[in-house]
Amino acid sequence: MSTVEERVKKIVCEQLGVKESEVQNSSSFVEDLGADSLDTVELVMALEEEFETEIPDEEAEKLASVQDAIDYIVSHT
Amino acid sequence: MSLEGKTALVTGATRGIGKAIARALSEQGVQVVGTATSADGAESISAELKAHGLNGFGIVMDVADPESIEKGLKQVVEKAGAPQILVNNAGITRDNLLMRMKDDDWSSVIDTNLASVFRTSKAVLRGMAKARWGRIINISSVVAGMGNPGQVNYCAAKAGVEGLTRSLAKEMGNRGITVNCVAPGFIDTDMTRKLDDSQREAMMEVIPAGRLGEPVEVAAVVAFLASEVAGYVNGETIHVNGGMYMG
Repeated sequence: MSTVEERVKKIVCEQLGVKESEVQNSSSFVEDLGADSLDTVELVMALEEEFETEIPDEEAEKLASVQDAIDYIVSHT
Repeated sequence: MSLEGKTALVTGATRGIGKAIARALSEQGVQVVGTATSADGAESISAELKAHGLNGFGIVMDVADPESIEKGLKQVVEKAGAPQILVNNAGITRDNLLMRMKDDDWSSVIDTNLASVFRTSKAVLRGMAKARWGRIINISSVVAGMGNPGQVNYCAAKAGVEGLTRSLAKEMGNRGITVNCVAPGFIDTDMTRKLDDSQREAMMEVIPAGRLGEPVEVAAVVAFLASEVAGYVNGETIHVNGGMYMG
């Protein structure tokens, strides 16, 4: 079973079309990984699907980096 | 213009313009799933396509009911794959002068003709965004621009569809997804057959073509907008009305 970190990074790679080597925990989706507003919406939807949870809009807005996403998932699932 | 291998969802495909659209798209090699509100209607869609040796079938889906849309879409994905083409054609009229119009006449037309477009689009967009390709074609009406006495509900819904179309076109434009409207004028369907002789006469006077349009003439424009080469047409409303209104 993969860890939350591995699963989050895999989704980030798939959604944003970046290589695993480019994705650090500290990577910002927009600044480092080139995500636009639609990418971030799709990313949140993919995370919701993978972890079978619902991320409210006001929480989703705060998820700026890979680590933010991991922390959110860990504390909410 | 071939669209071989793609799946299209066409709402309200049992008769009139929707039926012609289902036919026109499947003639381009698209697997068409047409929706009807009854099981008989769904069967007639399947039979019609089969009779012409075309690929596609009908399902039961009520576009005014979010649950029915969810169920219907599940069926589409299972049987035909995620649709890359969506044609929002299903529509109803409940005409009356505003002073006599019931609340229910207003809300059912808004729900079936406008809210449905929001719901079906939302249901298919995820798949289109993933595929980086999609076509949403909404059937509006000439009266969205002109206005028409007795149809405040219908005109409001159709004008709403055109606004939704422009916004969604901007939202999804960088994903290879286009969202456009086709606005038919008076087309020879059950909807216009309801008009009486004096209404017909008045109508003919304002149509330079001097005749009603045929459903295939609307369907041909939809097939064009669905095609690969229409990829740079986005957020547009194309009028098909014999010249009665030019926007």
